[in-house]
Amino acid sequence: MLDRLEQAAFNYFMQACNPRNGLVADTSREHSPSSIAVVGFALSTYPVAVERGWMSRADALQRTLVTLRFFRNSDQSGKPDATGYKGFYYHFLDMDSGTRVWSSELSMIDTALLIAGMLVAHTYFDADSPREKELRDLADALYRRVDWRWAQDGGPTIRQGWKPECGFLHYGWEGYSEAILLYALAAGSPTHRITDDCYKEWTATYQWENLYDQDYLYAGPLFVHHFSHAWIDFRGIHDHFMHEKRSDYFENSRRATLVQREYARINPHEFAGYGENCWGLSACDGPSDDQPDVANEERRLFGYAARGVPYGPDDGTLSPPSILASLPFAPDIALGTLRHVLGHYPEVLHQDRLAASFNPSLAGDDGRAWVSPGHYGLDQGIVLMMIENFRSGRLWQWMRRCQPIIDGLHRAGFRDGWLADAAEDAR
Amino acid sequence: MAGTTKKDAPATPRDDAEQQRLANVRPEGWRNPQPATRYHLAIIGAGAAGLVAAETAAALGARVALIERAQIGGSRLNTGCVPSKALIRTSRLYAEMRDANHYGARAPDDIPPDFARAMERVRHVRAHLSGDDSVQRLIAAGVDVFFGDARFESADCLRIGEQALRFDKALIATGARPSIPDIPGLKQAGYLTNENVFDLTRLPSRLLVIGGGPLGCELAQAFCRLGAKVTIVQDKPLFLPREERDAAQLLSDAFARDGLEVRLNTTVTEVRSSNGCKQVDLVSDNYRNTIEVDAILTGIGHVPNVQGLGLDTIGVDHDAERGIHVDDFLRSSQPNVYAAGDVCMEHKYTHAAAAAARIVVQNALFHGRERLSELVIPWCTFTDPEIAHVGLYVREANRLGIPVRTFTVPMHEIDRAVTDSEERGFVKIHVKGRTDRIIGATIVASHAGEMINGITLAMVAGLGLRGLGRVIHAYPTQAEAIRRAADAYRRTRLTPRIRERLGRWLAR
Repeated sequence: MLDRLEQAAFNYFMQACNPRNGLVADTSREHSPSSIAVVGFALSTYPVAVERGWMSRADALQRTLVTLRFFRNSDQSGKPDATGYKGFYYHFLDMDSGTRVWSSELSMIDTALLIAGMLVAHTYFDADSPREKELRDLADALYRRVDWRWAQDGGPTIRQGWKPECGFLHYGWEGYSEAILLYALAAGSPTHRITDDCYKEWTATYQWENLYDQDYLYAGPLFVHHFSHAWIDFRGIHDHFMHEKRSDYFENSRRATLVQREYARINPHEFAGYGENCWGLSACDGPSDDQPDVANEERRLFGYAARGVPYGPDDGTLSPPSILASLPFAPDIALGTLRHVLGHYPEVLHQDRLAASFNPSLAGDDGRAWVSPGHYGLDQGIVLMMIENFRSGRLWQWMRRCQPIIDGLHRAGFRDGWLADAAEDAR
Repeated sequence: MAGTTKKDAPATPRDDAEQQRLANVRPEGWRNPQPATRYHLAIIGAGAAGLVAAETAAALGARVALIERAQIGGSRLNTGCVPSKALIRTSRLYAEMRDANHYGARAPDDIPPDFARAMERVRHVRAHLSGDDSVQRLIAAGVDVFFGDARFESADCLRIGEQALRFDKALIATGARPSIPDIPGLKQAGYLTNENVFDLTRLPSRLLVIGGGPLGCELAQAFCRLGAKVTIVQDKPLFLPREERDAAQLLSDAFARDGLEVRLNTTVTEVRSSNGCKQVDLVSDNYRNTIEVDAILTGIGHVPNVQGLGLDTIGVDHDAERGIHVDDFLRSSQPNVYAAGDVCMEHKYTHAAAAAARIVVQNALFHGRERLSELVIPWCTFTDPEIAHVGLYVREANRLGIPVRTFTVPMHEIDRAVTDSEERGFVKIHVKGRTDRIIGATIVASHAGEMINGITLAMVAGLGLRGLGRVIHAYPTQAEAIRRAADAYRRTRLTPRIRERLGRWLAR
């Protein structure tokens, strides 16, 4: 089953990619623009596909080169219709022209996910051929070009976004989030790295909580406990915070899974379907009140939202990809839940791909749960990478050799485990 | 009314309740008494701090003069806590009636709020409570009450009009007033603040609230529930920026459920007036739009009242933002002169002002060495749900290098919260490292203000989570959530080693 799901997820990137510039659509819906984060996932999936025999190395190399060349040549003027600025990129780009759409923000976290994909390619394509060398040079140059220090805007932590019309966005970024990868890349930069105490300042907003008898670094939505883990193997490595708590981020994600399960068991708002084998509150698409086919009298619906536990928002919508992404941390629980969901709600699987979300409380006349139409690139990316990490640990192994990640984690204060070995190897 | 343009300023109806209140807090035809030769303590300002200091000092036998410029009771009684909580009670009732179905009750479909009646009740409650702070009671307690503007003439003399008051020690308790954001056109268009919003007798059908601090949030929700179409604009990413993220997020969710139009990360750039309406320009990132409202309520934060007191004459250090500079003993740079309450403290709460006033009486009159920093001050924002806090926030503790562990109990785990359909919220108790020492707590719950007192008591008494676990809480009550946190702590003490030892004991 996992093989089928993984390959189907990979096919999303094949179908949704513009081969002329390497951009990948955010969703399978009509007229979807490209999300740079999804491009980052796509770049990470090509080497996996080569190893799995779903794609030739030459094809993967070609696709990656096209993508990197596009970003290198893109308009970096920061104008409202450019592609990026200071080495960062606008969150959403036109699939054909590659220029900014939806007045989207220059996104620090999404650029980090894109760069992470480039670094996977940099590490994987290690042959001494001119084309693979070109790829490595491009990836290196694009990484070095990102001005992470600028993104601090003179402040203690990294800002979330910037717009040409109004400058830096002032959204608070408090508490644990998916940003460890961003901080690691920003700290590892040989050219524009963040200030020395930047990571520490960010972790000063962490909350270590005992919830449902689990001691863990709290964050509500499940994806927060997954995204950085797609690239970085956090088993046995500790920053100052986790050292003090005698835990690590991997174990933390396991406990976050248990917290999700317990929340769904309690099911405080009495949504249909919730239970020990049916959970997965995360950032995902969802039904909204303005959809005419959704009958909803009492409850508020949130559309696309970062759903989380235990404080919501919760409108009865669950994300199957977030269940699967828990696989490396809590395999028994994740697989049991996946089987239950696929058994009871087969409608969430279409073309062997998991829908972004489903909502059993909003079942139609046929008794089937509401299901998010189409597919999301982020979902397919995380599904593929987490299945692969669960099966072979491949992405983790590649990134353990990735110097920017090693340097960045070190500078952020991570020690022990494979990082100690990596440091030893470097010496 | 300070800071309000005349054309918009509502006037309090002179009904019986209002006549009664005025007779208590500012009697007509009042004549100041003949000053004593010398007072042990002269107090400027008869708000929370001034009243407590006057009553405490007089009860201990001191000769006390209390000088008030406007009305006895200060903002707490007249324009702050008392009227706002009275109004919030009515608004909560309307919200519950609308939600009757949810409680298994049947209510008429349409329950139009009667705003004038709600405000009448506010005035009645305010008048009733003004009896406790009345001039007559103060006189009976032995306090000399003066109305007028006080000004220091020297380090031991105050002047009120023609009268000179000599004193050994003085306490400045002049409080603070709402600070008005500098928005082009706001002044011309007119606005309300907490100082006059309770004088309204007609509900503005569309209300804009500028500022997402405690008062803005409380009144925005109350007016919304009383039938106004309310938009609340906050220039930060969350309401109550001081509170922890989850608390602020739960409040945003509650606002959305109530139907408030929530505009975070948004600033007001200009206000224009036409045809009796106000057009307000808003900007959020690069998104601009204009909304039309009938009234604007503002007052972001508070400005200490330090002008006109002659502070420079006697060398009392002060500035417009922080107010009077005091040390930890609440003494100003002029050793005879102390300050307490909103005029000098970061925590601008009635109960903090009252606690500070007691410190001043001890330190000023009895050579006490009591410190402001030793007070454990809880606070609460009385939205629905309420948001209460005491002690340190996690981010403060992290910055101080204190390791924190938080015991979290969602209210949906508490039977009484479920029976009352009040399960949104949490109790979070922060302890130091692996110990059970409580360093702070945040509660979001329907009655968080009542619940926080138990944790404050534990902190003051030095009772840790382990000790709290021995306190039997009546079942079923929402405060049981506190004991549940203590239970969770106890379970974490049950390490595999201890469990194994217990197993061996039981298997003997």
